[in-house]
Amino acid sequence: MEFLKELWQFLKIRKKFWLLPLIIVLLFFALIIVFTAGTAIAPFIYSIF
Amino acid sequence: MGKAVLGISAFYHDSAAALVQDGKIIAAAQEERFTRKKNDESFPVNAIKYCLDEAGIDAKSLECVVFYDKPFIKFERLLETYHAFAPKGLTSFINAIPVWLKDKLFMKRLIRNQLKSIGILPNVPILFSEHHLSHAASAFFPSPFQEAAILTIDGVGEWATTTISHGSGNKITILKELHFPHSIGLLYSAFTYYCGFRVNSGEYKLMGLAPYGIPDSERVEKFKEQILTKLIDVRPDGSLLLNMKYFSFATGLTMSNNEMWAKLFGIQKRNDESEITQPYMDLALAIQQVTDGIVLKLAKTAQELTGCKILVMAGGVALNCVSNGKIYESGLFEDLWIQPAAGDAGGSLGAALAVWYMHLNHARVVDPEDSMQGSYLGPSYPDNEIRKIIHRFDIPHRYFEDFDELAKHTAAQINSGKVIGWFQGRMEFGPRALGNRSIIGDARDPEMQKKMNLKIKFRESFRPFAPAILEDDVAEYCQYKAHSPYMLLVMPVLAERCNKPPENYHNENIYSRLYFERSDVPAVTHIDYSARVQTVSKSTNERFWKVISEFKQLTGYGIIINTSFNVRGEPIVCTPFDAFRCFMNTEIDYLVLNNFVFDKAQLWQLKDEFAKDYKFAPD
Repeated sequence: MEFLKELWQFLKIRKKFWLLPLIIVLLFFALIIVFTAGTAIAPFIYSIF
Repeated sequence: MGKAVLGISAFYHDSAAALVQDGKIIAAAQEERFTRKKNDESFPVNAIKYCLDEAGIDAKSLECVVFYDKPFIKFERLLETYHAFAPKGLTSFINAIPVWLKDKLFMKRLIRNQLKSIGILPNVPILFSEHHLSHAASAFFPSPFQEAAILTIDGVGEWATTTISHGSGNKITILKELHFPHSIGLLYSAFTYYCGFRVNSGEYKLMGLAPYGIPDSERVEKFKEQILTKLIDVRPDGSLLLNMKYFSFATGLTMSNNEMWAKLFGIQKRNDESEITQPYMDLALAIQQVTDGIVLKLAKTAQELTGCKILVMAGGVALNCVSNGKIYESGLFEDLWIQPAAGDAGGSLGAALAVWYMHLNHARVVDPEDSMQGSYLGPSYPDNEIRKIIHRFDIPHRYFEDFDELAKHTAAQINSGKVIGWFQGRMEFGPRALGNRSIIGDARDPEMQKKMNLKIKFRESFRPFAPAILEDDVAEYCQYKAHSPYMLLVMPVLAERCNKPPENYHNENIYSRLYFERSDVPAVTHIDYSARVQTVSKSTNERFWKVISEFKQLTGYGIIINTSFNVRGEPIVCTPFDAFRCFMNTEIDYLVLNNFVFDKAQLWQLKDEFAKDYKFAPD
C-alpha cells in the first residue's frame, strides 16, 4: 500500500502520468516473475539502470 | 548522545555505509572490504554493522536511514530511455526490467527487510537523496569552506550526469545539470571498454596508460579531432552531447558501437590481457586530453555561475587526478578540495550529510582542516587481534614497545630496498590507501616500479606508483606547492630532478620508455614526468609521517612509494588477517601490523597455509 501511495505521489510530482499504463503492465509482469521465482540478474557491462 | 543518520549506497557499483552523529562523521566503510569481493554492490550489511559498532550505538539511536539515490526517478529514466529508442534495445529492456520489477522498484521494502535483519527497527524513517545531491553534499559539507562552487561529474545518477551547484553554510543549491545519456563519465568508460579494460574499475588504468601516448603526434591529434567532431559536441560551458550512433550503453549490453568505432579510429576493440600497442596508448591520451578540456570548461562555468573562488568536487570523474591537476594548474580557483571517496561509495556519506544539514537543518561548523579526518573512517584493530593470529599460526615476530624505534627500523628497511606492508589504525574510506593500509618502498630505486607491479601487485607493468611526500617538502619534488592529502592531484615532477629523455624517447617501445630513469625518484615519476601526489602531515597521520621523516633523516629524501595494500582484483586489506594473507602471497619483505613486525625470511614454512583460497579475478 505504501508503495502504491509513493508511486502515485511520484507520478504527481514529476507530472509523468503517461508512464502509468506502462507501469501497470510491468507490475503485472512483476507478479509473474515473483510467482515463477525467476532470476533477475542483468548481464550489463555497466549497470546504468 | 545525539541522534545519528545512517547513509547507504548499494546495488550498483561499490556499496558502502556511513554514519553521521551530531554532524560529525563517525564512520564510513565500503562493503567490499568486509566481503573481500572487489566493488561489491550488495547491501552493505557488514559496513552498517561496523558503523553502528564504531559509534557505540544501537539501531534505536538512528534518526533516519538515507539511501543515496532515488529509485523511482531512475525507473522513470529507464522507461523513457527505452521508449525513446524503441524498438531498438528490446533485448536490453528484457534483461533490465526483471531486476527492477523484482527488487529495485521496491527499494524501500528491500532496504527495510535488510535493515530488519540487523536489528534496525521498522519505524526508523527511510529517506532517499538525489544521486548528484549526495555527491555534492559529500564534496561540500566535509570541506573546510563556508562557501564554494560544487562540481559533480560521474556516469549517471537518476537523470543527471554532471551538476554545478552552489554551497553555502548548511545549504546546497543545484544550478545546472547535464542529463543522461550525455555523460562525461560514460564517455570515458566507453573508451575504457574499447581499450580492453573493465568498466568501472579500469578507468584508472586508462588514465595511467594515457601518458604512454605520444603527445602532439599526428595520431593523437587525429583521434582528438575525431572524438570532438564525430563522437561528441562540446559546448563552451563544458556541457556536451554524445552522438548516440556511436554508443550502445543506452540500449545495448555494451558501451560502444564497436563496428563504428573501428571504422572511425582504425583499430579494433582491444581484448582483455592482449598486448597494448601504441594506437591504444594514443587513444587513451586523446580521450584524457579531451576530458581535461571538458572538465576545465565545466570548472570555469561553475566559477561564472557561483562567483566562488573555491571549488569542491565529487563523482567518479573527480577521481581523474590528471584532470584535477589541470584545474589546479589553471589557477582558476584559490583552492580546490576533492572528496576522497568521490565515487558511489562516497554517496552514502553525502546522503547522510545532506539529510543532517539540509533536511534536519542543523547548523554547520566548518573544520579548517576538513572534517574527513584524513579519510581514516574505517575499522581499526587492537594488538590482541594481531596476537590471535600470531598464536593460531605460531608466527615468529618482533614487537616494538616504542613506535619511534619501529619507525626508524622501517625506514632503514626501506632504505635497504625492502618492500613493507604497512598496516596501522583506521582503514581508509575511498579507493586510495593513504598510509594505513599501504605497501611502501623506496621511490629512488629504479627497479622498484617493476618489482612492485610484477612481483607484489601482480598487475600490468605499465601502471604507475604514487609518492607520499612530507607536506612541507612537496615543493622539493613537484612544480606546485599543492596540498593533496587524498592523492587526487597529478602534478609535474620538479624539472631540476628530471633527466632529459633520449631523442627517440617516444619512438621506443613501452618497456624501454618505462625503464628509462626519468628522475632521481624514478619509481614515482610517471612516463610523462608527472606524479600523483599524496602530501602527508603530522596532524592527520602521525605514524605515517614519522616513517617518512625517519627515511628523510637517513637519506635526505622525504618521499616514499605508497600503493594500496592488495593484489590485482583484491579489495584493499581490512583486517590484520587480510594483511597477513596478502603479505604471505606476495614478495613483500616485511609486514608491520601496529607495532608488530614480521620478516618474510622467517616465514616461508607458513606460505602454503595462507595460499588457500587466495585467488581474485583480475579487475
